[in-house]
This record gives sequence, C-alpha cells and structure tokens, in this order.
Amino acid sequence: MRVLWMKKEDLREFLESSKQFGELWGPVQKGNVYVYDKIDDFSRLILEPKRTLLPVKKLIHPPEFNILRYEGETYKTELENIPRRVVYGVPPCDIHGLLILDDLFRRYYPDPYYITRRERTAILGVSFCTPTEGCLCKSMGTDVVEEGFDLFFSDLKDFYLVWVGSSLGDDMLKVRPDLFNNNITRKHLNKFIECKKERDEKFTKSIDMTVIPDIMELSYDSPVWEEIGERCLECGACTMVCPTCNCYNVVDESSISGFTGERRRYWDCCIFTEYSLVAGGDNFRATRADRLKLWYTHKLKSFGYSGKPACVGCGRCIDTCPVDINVLSVVRGLLGGKEKEGKS
Amino acid sequence: MNKSNEENPFVPEPARIVRKYDLSDDVRFFQIRFVDMEKALSMKYLPGQFMMLSIVGAGEAPFSISSTPSRPGLLEFCVREVGEVTRALFRLKENSIIGIRGPYGNGFPLDKIKGNNLIIVVGGLGAAPLRSLSLYALDNRDNFDDVYFLHGARTPSDMLFREEFLELRERDDLHCLLAVDKDPTGDWPCYVAKVTKLFKYVKNVDVAKTYAAVCGPPVMYKFVIEKLVKLGIPKHQILMTLERRMKCGVGKCGHCVVGHTYTCIDGPVFTYWDVINMRELI
Repeated sequence: MRVLWMKKEDLREFLESSKQFGELWGPVQKGNVYVYDKIDDFSRLILEPKRTLLPVKKLIHPPEFNILRYEGETYKTELENIPRRVVYGVPPCDIHGLLILDDLFRRYYPDPYYITRRERTAILGVSFCTPTEGCLCKSMGTDVVEEGFDLFFSDLKDFYLVWVGSSLGDDMLKVRPDLFNNNITRKHLNKFIECKKERDEKFTKSIDMTVIPDIMELSYDSPVWEEIGERCLECGACTMVCPTCNCYNVVDESSISGFTGERRRYWDCCIFTEYSLVAGGDNFRATRADRLKLWYTHKLKSFGYSGKPACVGCGRCIDTCPVDINVLSVVRGLLGGKEKEGKS
Repeated sequence: MNKSNEENPFVPEPARIVRKYDLSDDVRFFQIRFVDMEKALSMKYLPGQFMMLSIVGAGEAPFSISSTPSRPGLLEFCVREVGEVTRALFRLKENSIIGIRGPYGNGFPLDKIKGNNLIIVVGGLGAAPLRSLSLYALDNRDNFDDVYFLHGARTPSDMLFREEFLELRERDDLHCLLAVDKDPTGDWPCYVAKVTKLFKYVKNVDVAKTYAAVCGPPVMYKFVIEKLVKLGIPKHQILMTLERRMKCGVGKCGHCVVGHTYTCIDGPVFTYWDVINMRELI
C-alpha cells in the first residue's frame, strides 16, 4: 500500500481540493450528538473522529429510497440521481461495517443500489486516537483496517500518515501533491508505534471473542434471552445504529390514479413482531426473546454469507439502548458475571 | 426497458396470466407466461424453486412453482388469498400482465434423488411445490425407482389438484395414496384418514436408497417425519421445503434468515438433518 505523510494543518486544504470528486460530507455536531452531514460551511466539520449517531451505512444503504418507478406494468430502475460524495471522518469500525455489508450486497445477486452508492462514495477514514467509553474495536479486531477505504488518515498528533486504499484515493492526492510527502522516516515509525501503544492502553472495556461465538452456541437455551426479552422495549434503535444491520422492507407507493408509483426500500428491524410473520399468520419468531437471540447470534456468532460475527465494536448499541441491552451486557449475562473491566 | 434494468435483479419482467381457476374455496391456480416468448421457453428451473410475483401498487411476494420444468413455456402457481399481494392477484382477470422474477432458491437435489425411490408427502398447500416434483418424476419416470405420492387434505373439496391426482391412481408405475380427514358427502373414493396413516402402505422399499420430500402446514412435519424416521430413511434424505417471509428473494433483505442461513439462497429445500442442526427451521 502507498503511504505518505501530511502536516496536520494541511487537512483542510486537502479536503477543499477533494470537493471536485463529489459533495464533501463529514461529522458535525447536532445538539448533543454527532452526525454525518453535507459540509457547506467548513467550520462545522469535526476533524478529529467522533462516534456519529448513525454509522456511515446511512449514506450507502440509506434509511429509505426508491428502487423502481412504475408506470402501468413497466418498471424502471431508479439509479440516476445518486450523487458522488467524499465522506471524511469514517472510523475503522464503520469501514469494517461496510466490508461486511459489501460481501452481503455484492455476492450472489449483486445489488445495484448498494454498489452504485458505494462506488460513488469516496471513503476517507480516520483513526481514533482516544477510544471512548464503549469502544470495543480492539476486542473485535476492527481497530485497524486494511481495505474498504479510498484514503485513510492515521492521526499521529503532529501529522497524519495517509494510506492510499484505491485508485480513486490516489487520484485525490494528485490534485495537491504539494501537501503530501512520501519520505517516511524512522521518526514517523516511532510516532506511529507510540500513538498506537498509547491508544491501546486506553480501552476500558473488552469482550473475549475467542470464546464468545462458542458461548453463543452453548447458550441457545439460556434464561438470559427471556430476561432481556422482558426488558426490551422493541424500539428497534439498536438495529438502526448498528453498522452491520442491513434488513429492509419493500413497499409500493402509488399515485392517486394508481397507474404510476414507486417501489421503495425502507430499513426494517428484526426486533419488530411482524418481522418473520408470514401471510396466513405463522410467526417464526413470535417472542421478543427469539428475536433478540437472532440479533445477538448475528452480532456475536455468525452473520451473512461468511458466517462470521458481525459486531464491529463501535459501541453504538451501548450508547443507544434505553434499557441497557447491548453486546456488553448480553455477554456479561451469558458469562454469568461482570464484564471484564480494564485493558484488553 | 433501459439498460440499467438488465443488470438489476430487482426488476420484474412482464408476464401474462394465461389461465386461472379455483382449486378450493381460497386457493386459485394461475398459469403465467413471460410476454417475451424466448424467455418463456428458455427459462430453466428446478422443482422446489420459487419466484417473486409482483403486482404494481400491492408489492411482491414469493410463490413456489407448481409446474414442472419438463413442460416448458407456462409457469404455474397455486395461491392462497391471505395477504395484500394475493388479494390484488385474485382481482386480476385472465390476460392481465403481472411482474415476475426468478427462479430463486436451491430446489430439490434431483441429481442426488435420481436412481432412488421417492416418497412424496403433501399436506394442504404443500401441493404447490410438490406437484412440480411429482410431475417431474412422472415425466422422467425412468430416473426413479418406486415413486409414492401421499396426499392429505381436510376434506375432498380442500384437496388441491384433486381431479389431477385422482387420475394418477390409474397409473401402475406410481403408488398414489390420497386421504381426507373428513368426507362430509360420503363420495370420496380413497382413504378417510390422516396422511400419517398412509405410511403402512409404503412397503418393501430399500430405505437407504429412498428420498422423501415433505411439504405441508408446520404442524404436519413432526408427525410425518416421525413416520419417515421410523421407516428408516436417513435424516439427510428426508427433504422438506419451508415457508418464510421474504422481501427480496436474493439474500439481501434479511427476513428469511435462520441463524446465518438465507432460506432464499440455501433453501427453501432443507433436509431433516438441517432441521435438527439449525433449530429454528421449523
């Protein structure tokens, strides 16, 4: 991989220059949360990485959009108005989330909506220097990322190491070659090691993923599922904020004439009662305990075509669930004790 | 159609309702043909696969194919009127155009079944996928040893494809055993019993060389599987096709997932071993 370094103060100039590749998006503060938003006013952009309310999936697999437009019995694909974007500030966990969604949406029957948005979105990753409460990426092996981005900025306090992840990323650097230096010296290496070590010591929570997938298998009949099923409010927020939740519903919305209309895709949620309900009334997951078990099976045991745990350790379920059901509390429940505090 | 439609698995193709008639009070038979005649004649599929039928304004839903690939040209479905899409479909007249895409799913493993005995066990709407397999077996009769067709329904008027199956009793290369739970009119020419009572007529089969295919309401599986296991048919040779909610048919929307297995990609045909191994299948 091509790696260069850039002075900290040059980031803004670089991001300005990258606007020719698409609308610039990045984290901004909205009330007391951070969200990805379009950056028209550069002063709103938060340069150091933050845990946004929704992961970057909202731009690649949006909460709702048209898939087809119909007129009579003729269907037309809706792909034209997908903008080109440059998204700055994407943390490694969110990029790992995209890699998991990439496999799901690209394998077997490639999904043109996901693929088109993915291809038209340049991902500019940034590493967390300071893990916050609930960051579990170190446990999940998602604290470093080697693919799935166009450029990746390792924030090493005085400068950025810039990893070039794609041909597009390489083109983006070439607009302002004066801002980048490919002379990586011993000084840069030492700083990289120092920052990584410093960061690694700041994780406060961990999950031992060498055993959890098997613990999940062995806990199929555990009373934990009933307990959290009792507590869960069925709000579905965990699935909205999760970088690897992809489930969707499809709904036709016709004009008043009924002749024309749109077939729309909406985020769905496996925690909702009607998620597995079939016409005729059979519900294959009638209890909340069953539905929560499915969600945690996907996050902590096996998901998607690869059959690997899909939790990327972003910590959003910990921030979001109003009744403290999240990967940490569930693991704590399954192990029958307190989750391990301290270093991973 | 524009170019992007061709690369999009979510775009239904236009198909015409050629013929329709009622199979029972709430189940209707539809013969459908792609408007594109070349597509109609060239589409390959397997018994046990399904397609997504699409009615503008009402949406899409998955349906088992009831016809056999050994009789190309027309696709047949039997549909129970239970939801928004099926209600819209029931309102359509012959010659109406609907959207259709597929076929999807794994279908029955014909290569493995070939050369073996085959026991087909149908309950209720399970006739939809298993009619396809039955007709396929009859059209390729030399590929199979003994073929049993066991079909149970509540009453004679509930038995889907009743006349078609009654005629099959004439064939001497097929054991066609039809049963109803109740016979209110007293005219039923076959068994009045539960479908599980028909297993006593399955005789002298080499169980190691026998496949069974089962489809019916969820309550039926337990009792039928018990019988098949008792006969001695290996768990991985007991096949069943399962129903799940689906919004895409192509392994994306998530609704049909069991563990991390997508019913629309790895199913809907599973073995009894799969059912034991993945506890939420039935």
